[in-house]
Order: sequence, then C-alpha cells, then structure tokens
Amino acid sequence: MGKWDWQVFLQDTGGGQTYLQWMMSAWGWTLLVALLALAVALVVGSMVGILRTVPNKGLVYFGESWVELFRNVPLLVQIFIWYHVIPTMFLSLRAIPSIWLVVFALGFFTSARVAEQVKAGINALPKGQRYAGLAMGLTLPQTYRYVLLPMAFRIIVPPLTSESMNIIKNSAVAFAVSITELTMFAMQAQEETSRGVEIYLAVTGLYFVSAFAINRLALFLEQRVQIPGTLGGGK
Amino acid sequence: MNLNLDFTFLTWGVISAFVIKGLIFSVQLTIIAMIGGIALGTLIALMRLSGKRWLILPAAFYVNTLRSIPLVMVILWFFLLIPLLIGRPLGTELSAIITFTVFEAAYYSEIMRAGIQSVARGQVYAGYAVGMTYRQTMQLIVLPQAFRNMLPVLLTQTIILFQDTSLVYAIGAYDLYKGFEVAGKNFNRPVETTIAAAVVYFVICFSLSMLVRRLQKKIAIIR
Repeated sequence: MGKWDWQVFLQDTGGGQTYLQWMMSAWGWTLLVALLALAVALVVGSMVGILRTVPNKGLVYFGESWVELFRNVPLLVQIFIWYHVIPTMFLSLRAIPSIWLVVFALGFFTSARVAEQVKAGINALPKGQRYAGLAMGLTLPQTYRYVLLPMAFRIIVPPLTSESMNIIKNSAVAFAVSITELTMFAMQAQEETSRGVEIYLAVTGLYFVSAFAINRLALFLEQRVQIPGTLGGGK
Repeated sequence: MNLNLDFTFLTWGVISAFVIKGLIFSVQLTIIAMIGGIALGTLIALMRLSGKRWLILPAAFYVNTLRSIPLVMVILWFFLLIPLLIGRPLGTELSAIITFTVFEAAYYSEIMRAGIQSVARGQVYAGYAVGMTYRQTMQLIVLPQAFRNMLPVLLTQTIILFQDTSLVYAIGAYDLYKGFEVAGKNFNRPVETTIAAAVVYFVICFSLSMLVRRLQKKIAIIR
C-alpha cells in the first residue's frame, strides 16, 4: 500500500487552489445542502404530519399518500426525478441552479420521515388535551398552536436529532448530480491524485465531525426545551 | 406545464434487453446482503450482549463507525481498499455485494440486539435450569423468539436495503436504475426512463411494505 502522503492536500488542483482548500469548500457545500434540506424537511414534514392527525378524511389521506410516495422511492432516483423530469415539465424551473433541486429532493425525501415523527408526537398526547382545547372555545388551529404542538414538538426532539444526522449522511447522494460536496470531492480528488486512502480518511473524518456537531447542538436544544415535570424534565 | 412524454419505446424487448439484467442484480444484491447481514449482525449483537469487554468494544466500534458514515462513502472505501488488500481488482458487482453485507450487518445487529433484549429474562434462566449450555439456550430458546419478534422490523430494513442498492451508481455497477438509465440514453428518452424507474421502485417497495404491515398484524394477534 505504500507510505502515507498527507502532503497531497497541499498540492495544487490546477485551478489555483490546494486540495485542502477544495475539500473545505466541499465541506461547506455538504453543510449548506444538509441544512437547507433540513429546513425544507422540518417545514413540509410538520405540515404533512399535522394533516395526518386532523379530523378530515381527505386531508389525512393526502398526508398518508405523501409519506408513502416519498418513502418508497430511493433517494437517488428522487434526485434524478428533480433533476431530469421537473425542469422538463415546468420550463420556468430550468434556470434554477441544480443545488436547489437537490435541496428540495433531499428535503421532501426527509419530510416523509419527519411527518411520521410529528404524527407520532401528536398522537402520543392524551386525547383529552385536544378536547380540552376545543371545549375552552379555541378553534382547531388554535388548539394545535397553543395546546398540541408545543408539547408534541418537544417530545420528538430526540428522533428529529437522528433525522438531522441522517440528512448529513444522505446529502452525500448529491454527488450524482455533480454538486461539489464532500463525496464528489472524494471521488474526483481520488482519481486525480491516486491518494485515495488519505483523501477518503479526511472526508470520512469531516462527516464524523459534522454528525457529532449536530448531535451536540440537538442535545443542547433538548435540554433547553424539556417539558417540566416529566421524567427527563427536572425543575 | 409541458408534458410531452412518450413511453411507447419501452417495449418488452427493450425492457428485457436493458432493465431485467439490472433488476436481477438489484434483487440478488438485496437477498445476499440480507442473509449475510442478518447472520453477521446476529453475531455482532451477541458479542455486544456477551458482557465481556473484549467482545463488546470491537462490536460497538464496528456498529457505531459504519452507522455514522454515508453509505456512498462506505461503497467507495470498499471499492478502493479491497483491491489494495487482495492485490487485484475486484468487479463492481462483487465489491457491492461485500460492501452491502458488511454495512447492513451494522443495522441488522441493532435490530437483533433489541430483539434479544425483548425476550423475557426468565426464558434464559429456564434454559439454564434444564441444563442447557449458553449456546443451546441462545440457539433453541432466545434467538427464535427474538427473530420472530423482530421479523417485521428486519423486513422493513430489507426494503430500505433494496432502495439503498441504487447507490451502487457511485461505482457504476449495473443495477435496476442503471438499466433504465442505459435504455434512456440509447433512445434519447432520459425523462421517461427516470419516471419509469421511479414507478418500478415505488411499486416494488410499496407492495412489500403493505405485505410487512399485514404480517405485523398477524404476529400481533398471536402474541
């Protein structure tokens, strides 16, 4: 296997930057794609999850279909659908940079999983909370806003944490449409330098660091929003 | 909205020439990685529950490492490392089979660990009380129950595995998606073949998950 050659990172890529600089910008793209997709997933997933718990058969059915649709097609294929099919169908989307298509693909894919958690969180609350809200004269949206959701979201912070870590890992699939994120960098730099082991080790390390950082952040958040009076809650 | 789709070129002849070969590989990869992954995963789960530090630490390291790396990177790692270790190149197909078995074992082992822990402690004591060895107790009493309790979860993981096999795209193996992609390139109809691929994946995965749901209900009644 030969000796280590970490100096490969100081080599010039031919484009006026070193491989180290390229890798750092690739890391930035990975984090950007993951965080934007997470935002999409949380917003869309929450809405779909809420729809699945409302007393309206049509909306529930829409929510269920959404989840089945985005859960039963591989992420790679979904990304290609956004990349090949959507811009052909809607010509106005042709000008959109491909990073946005990947953000929406990854975000919608993850929204199905978030919706599952949101639904589970709402259903974990005693039924009486919903009735109490309605009995006090709150409208249904008000009941969700002031009674159900503040509890439900705090219950599901731990599973959402693992979804956030998954989204960092899943963002690697963006290599397929040539977003220059970490995995794409790893593939190209490996080919150009033939120092695959060093490059893969560095990239794998950066994935570890990113997932770990999200994990710590979520733990901090979890402690801040704990529900007082529950087993985890204290105070 | 500009819908100008033409699926007529996707005749049985085209499908059997391009797609079937890929479908067979995807299914093959899924089944081998499932059987190998569950076997290896059960072994790792038993290591983690053995109570012996020198077994627990490597098993935990294995599971935690693989679970925190993107699957695409794992595929690339194996494709790079296996030829370096054995000294000759290995085909993409064989490389994918080894990668998925090793990778899925980490996920299956977590399921089997939960399954083993779900078996009542009294069952183990009963096994020992009638004079069984550790091996016999595990093999004849604990594992069959753990396996049965976890069957729906194991199958759900297998559906995820089937979807994940599409990621062999990274090393260019010829799987179900690749089959559609090649057909699309040949007939210059990439939009139609992408849609067709999505539909085929959806139909397979959705019907399998419906079956798992029915199985789950059946098992739930007996318990």
